[in-house]
Amino acid sequence: MSEEHTLVVKGLHASVAGKEILKGVTLTLRSGELVAMMGPNGSGKSTLAYALAGHPKYTITAGEALLDGKNLLAMTPDQRARAGLFLGFQYPVEVSGVSLSKFLWTAYSQMHPPDEADSDRFGADLTKHLGYLGLDNSFLKRPLNEGFSGGEKKRTEVLQMATLSPRFAILDEPDSGLDIDAIRSVGETVAKLHNPGMGTMVITHYQRILKFIRPDRVHVMVDGVIALSGGRELAEELEQKGYDWVKVGLAASQASAP
Amino acid sequence: MAQNAAELTPLDYTRYDFKDPESYKVRTHRGISEEIVRQISALKHEPDWMLDYRLRAYRHFLDRPMPDWGPDLSEIDFDAYTYYANPLAEGDTKKRWEDLPSDIRNTFERLGIPKAEREYFAGVGAQYDSGTVYHKIRDDLAKKGVIFTDTDTAVREHPEILRKYFGKIVPYNDNKFSALNSAVWSGGSFVYVPPGVDAGIPLQAYFRINANAVGQFERTLIIADKGAKVHYIEGCTAPVYSENSLHAAVVEVVAEPSAKVRYTTVQNWSKNVYNLVTKRAVAYEDALVEWVDGNMGSRVTMKYPSVYLKGRGARADILSVAFASEGQVIDSGAKAVHSAPDTSSKIISKSIAIRGGRTSYRGLLHVAKGATGVKAAVRCDALLPDAISRSDTYPYNEIHEEDATITHEAVVGKIGEEQIFYLMSRGLKESDAIHLILMGFLAEFAKELPVDYALELNRLIQMEMTGAVG
Ligand SMILES: Nc1ncnc2c1ncn2[C@@H]1O[C@H](COP(=O)(O)OP(=O)(O)OP(=O)(O)O)[C@@H](O)[C@H]1O
Ligand SMILES: [Mg+2]
Repeated sequence: MSEEHTLVVKGLHASVAGKEILKGVTLTLRSGELVAMMGPNGSGKSTLAYALAGHPKYTITAGEALLDGKNLLAMTPDQRARAGLFLGFQYPVEVSGVSLSKFLWTAYSQMHPPDEADSDRFGADLTKHLGYLGLDNSFLKRPLNEGFSGGEKKRTEVLQMATLSPRFAILDEPDSGLDIDAIRSVGETVAKLHNPGMGTMVITHYQRILKFIRPDRVHVMVDGVIALSGGRELAEELEQKGYDWVKVGLAASQASAP
Repeated sequence: MAQNAAELTPLDYTRYDFKDPESYKVRTHRGISEEIVRQISALKHEPDWMLDYRLRAYRHFLDRPMPDWGPDLSEIDFDAYTYYANPLAEGDTKKRWEDLPSDIRNTFERLGIPKAEREYFAGVGAQYDSGTVYHKIRDDLAKKGVIFTDTDTAVREHPEILRKYFGKIVPYNDNKFSALNSAVWSGGSFVYVPPGVDAGIPLQAYFRINANAVGQFERTLIIADKGAKVHYIEGCTAPVYSENSLHAAVVEVVAEPSAKVRYTTVQNWSKNVYNLVTKRAVAYEDALVEWVDGNMGSRVTMKYPSVYLKGRGARADILSVAFASEGQVIDSGAKAVHSAPDTSSKIISKSIAIRGGRTSYRGLLHVAKGATGVKAAVRCDALLPDAISRSDTYPYNEIHEEDATITHEAVVGKIGEEQIFYLMSRGLKESDAIHLILMGFLAEFAKELPVDYALELNRLIQMEMTGAVG
């Protein structure tokens, strides 16, 4: 039995630049669970991810987020990371002059006390994960994300997740901009890295990656709330029918609310 | 979040901030006069030509106004400094660390110089205020004819080489501070590498100011003869005093045809030092001169390492780095003067100004009539993590040949909130994230340094970020 962890989000409201984006998001992610988050452009998926990770631009106006009962919202972004939360960015950031390997080792050492940080295991795992993701060793010497293609950046995000072995990972569109083979290797890698001690949420627009990831559940965010949740088949349905019917359903349910 | 960079604690020089008791064998009275200049020359038993040179320079120094551009130098009071202070008798340079008085030896040990000598360097010179207290070169290099000594010794022992170049690259009347240096100079390094000899392992000089309000005026001359190769590294530190002090060095470098010279500086003076230095190199046919010039310390620095490209195919590569924090003005840059055809130069300036510090890049690119086929590239990157610091660029171009290929880029960046957040989301504390970004910005510089210096740079920036006492 691996440890049970929970990430609980209750009635979360968040705004950016004075505009309310999240309007009461409630969801629970448990270790062992793999969920997909879908929803139209601009509905607030990335905002949820950023808000949970503690981006300074996003103001939480109401609600809570608890990781194993601890108030995430009171923590700085680095504390959240050390508590076990990982965010794979939709738009990874470039940092000049800092090699990927140095960065990964720095991040890894932050997560492990000196007596636990094991450079041999770190190296062995890194080689393995690079292989999963079809990334060449030469990437390790390159400055973090600088000059990486869109797809290489996305794969590097997954590599970071693999290195940090978080309790909860939110991957924001790990598939956008990937070619067909890369979608497969990223999807399979995410599925492989997922384990009973880890909860994973993949934000995506496409069914294609979900074929490899095989989520347990699918949430649909519309206009800052989770409008619909369902099983894996929901993703297929959305791909065929689009989001309009969800929006209509949401409007109806909001209209009928007291 | 980014503005927090401005609230970080001040730069801490604790590691260098220790002083020995001021016990000097020889020390002139405070202030400068013709008498003092004569005294210094007499102490050194110099030949007449050198005394004459000093006196001419002194007169020029008196006549020459202070620079009317650049940083504020109004606090400099030439009468307040001591121009010569030597803990040993003049000329009593030691070849073994054990022979030094224990406090001085301890000073250099605390600074890691003997250890670095064992690990990285083929020769080391150590100057303590005006005195060259230690100087040594490895036997294998000496056997190849490489000369590495202090400049005073070179005046006595190698007059034929020295006179050929001394004051020819930087004339005393180049500027007020080169005139001052030429009048009162003491110590500095003299390097001569014979034709075709590759000095291989770097030579290091370390300059330490110890006493209050003492000026340091070393004079360095490096000559790489035809096809020779040498790498020279200098470091410098001083304890903190409330009174300011003055460091006005002159460095002359000659790269004869096909020679290669690399000159690396890691300047880490305490914040009460005015660092006004003239550094110039001449590169002849197919020679290469590289300046790697890092300025992290001092109250005010004015320094523009230059290369005069005088032979066809000569190359210059200049990397100028400035890190200015509270109370510091680093006015640095580079000059490339192309007076021969097919010469090329590359200048990279990287500067960080934080907590109200100020950096300026001042550069000159000159292409003389007749110097065809010149290629020159200048890149200035500045990083301003907060809103209270300042960075300026003053590039001057004087191009007299139309076919010159000149590129110029200047970028001023902030440390992005997005970058900091990204790194923090991987578990790095805010200060560690900023530190990593700054080190990344300076990576081009750090990779040129010997390991210890690179670690030192890392530590220095770390201290700036955390205020931790080392
Ligand atoms: N920094 C910001 N300033 C202003 N508006 C913002 C900012 N960040 C997000 N928004 C707005 O918030 C809304 C939600 O954006 P968010 O990025 O969360 O959408 P998303 O669901 O991830 O969309 P996509 O599928 O296109 O990635 C959008 O209307 C967006 O324009
Ligand atoms: Mg998004």
